[in-house]
Amino acid sequence: MLRHALRIAWKDLRIEVRSKEIFMTMAFFGALLVVIYSFAFPNDAAAIRGSVPGMLWVSLAFTGTIALGRAFDRERENDTMRALLLAPVPRLAVFVGKAIAMAALILGVAVVVVPLLALWMNAPLFAFPLELVVSIAAGAFGIAIIGSVFAATLLKARSRDVLLPVVLYPILLPLFVAGTKCTAGLVAEHPNLEAAHYWMSFLGIYDAAFLVLSLWVFESLVIE
Amino acid sequence: MGRLDRVHIDKVAKRYGTERALAGVSLELERGTMCALLGHNGAGKTTLLGVVSTLVRPNSGSVTYRSGDAKLTGEAVRREIGLLAHASLCYGELSAIENLELVAGLYGVAASVSAVLDQVGLEPRARTRAARTYSRGMLQRLALARALLTKPSLLLLDEPFTGLDRGGALALGEQLGALKTDGTIVVVVTHDLEAIAGRTDHVAILKRGKLVCEEHSELPHTYDQLKDLYHRNAA
Repeated sequence: MLRHALRIAWKDLRIEVRSKEIFMTMAFFGALLVVIYSFAFPNDAAAIRGSVPGMLWVSLAFTGTIALGRAFDRERENDTMRALLLAPVPRLAVFVGKAIAMAALILGVAVVVVPLLALWMNAPLFAFPLELVVSIAAGAFGIAIIGSVFAATLLKARSRDVLLPVVLYPILLPLFVAGTKCTAGLVAEHPNLEAAHYWMSFLGIYDAAFLVLSLWVFESLVIE
Repeated sequence: MGRLDRVHIDKVAKRYGTERALAGVSLELERGTMCALLGHNGAGKTTLLGVVSTLVRPNSGSVTYRSGDAKLTGEAVRREIGLLAHASLCYGELSAIENLELVAGLYGVAASVSAVLDQVGLEPRARTRAARTYSRGMLQRLALARALLTKPSLLLLDEPFTGLDRGGALALGEQLGALKTDGTIVVVVTHDLEAIAGRTDHVAILKRGKLVCEEHSELPHTYDQLKDLYHRNAA
C-alpha cells in the first residue's frame, strides 16, 4: 500500500512543482500573515514570546486549508478522483498518498513562515530547533490526515470552500492548542521543555488516533 | 485471478436524496458481447455504469463479477475494469505519456504506452505536451488510451464518441468491435447509434431508472433496428 501511496503523493508533488499554484499561494499568504501580525501585535519581547506560538499555528492552519481545498479541487476537475478510486490498489493508498503530499506542502510553507516570524517578530523560534521541527511535522501531518478525509468527503459538495474550514477547524482545535502550547514552552523566557515534550506526545497520539479513524472511514465516505 | 466472463447485475436500485436514479435494474453481461445501454438523458445510464464500475454503491441489489466459477471482488474486479467517463480522468498538468505511466504504475502493468497511443491515434507531437492544452477530441483519445492501457476484460464507455470526428467515431466503433471479438465485455452508453450499428448484439434501454427493453441478438443490430428499438422504448 505504501508504494502506491508514495506514487500518488509523488504525482501530486510533480503536478505542484510544474504549476507552483498551491505552494506559491500558500507561501505568499503565509508571508502576508506575518506582515499583518507585525502591525497588529505589540512589539515588545514579552508580548512576542506570548503571541508568536499562536501566530505560527494560525498561519499553518490557514495556509493548510488553502492547500487542502485546491489539491482536492484538482482531483475534481477531470474527475481524476474516480480514476484513483477505480485503480486496483487499496483505496486507503489514495488517502495516504494525498495526506503525504499535503503534509509536504504544509511543511514547505513552514520553512517559509518560521524564519519570517523569527526575523520580523524577533522571536526566539530556533532556540530548540529539533523540538520545533518535530512539533511542526506532527502538526502538519495531523492537519493533512484530518483535512484529507474532509476535503475528499466534500469533493462533490457545492459550497465546499466554505464548508471545509467550518467542519475542519473544530476537529483540529486540540491539535492547534497542543501545537501552540508546545511552541510556547519552547519560546518562553524560561523554556519549559517538559511541557513541550508533553504536548509533542499529545500531537503524536492525536495524529495516530485520527490516522486509524481516517483509514477506517475513508472508503465509505468517498464512494457515492 | 483471471479475466471476467460474466457480470450479473441483480435488481440494482439507487437513489440520490429523493431522486430515483435506478429502480431494480437486472442485466447479465457476458464475455465477447457488446451491450448498448440506451435511454434519454437522466434515464440512469451513467449511474448504472457507476455501479458496475464499483464507484457508486447501490441502495439495494448487487453486482456479481465472475471469472469462470470464481467470484471476483475488490481490487481483483477493479483490475479488470476499463472506464471511459464523461470527464477524461486524466491530469491536465501531466502529458499523455505521464498520465498513462501513472496508470500503468497503479495497475502494475508493463504496457507499452506508445503502442496504446498509436492505437487511439493521438499524434506523436502531442504526447509530451500537458494534457490541458489538448482539444476535446485529443482528450477523448487520451481518455480512451487510458481505458484500454490495462487491457480490461470489462470496458465501460460513457458517450465515447463525443468530440471525435466522423472518421474517429467509426474507427473507435471498429476498435470496440475487435475488442468484443477478443472476448472483452463492452458496455457502451451512447446516443450515436450509427457508430455502434453492426457491432452491438445486446441492447438495454433505460427509462426513468427502469429497464424497459432488453434484446439479445445472434447477429449485430443494424442502424435501423437500433433506431426502431430506441424510438419504440425510450420515448
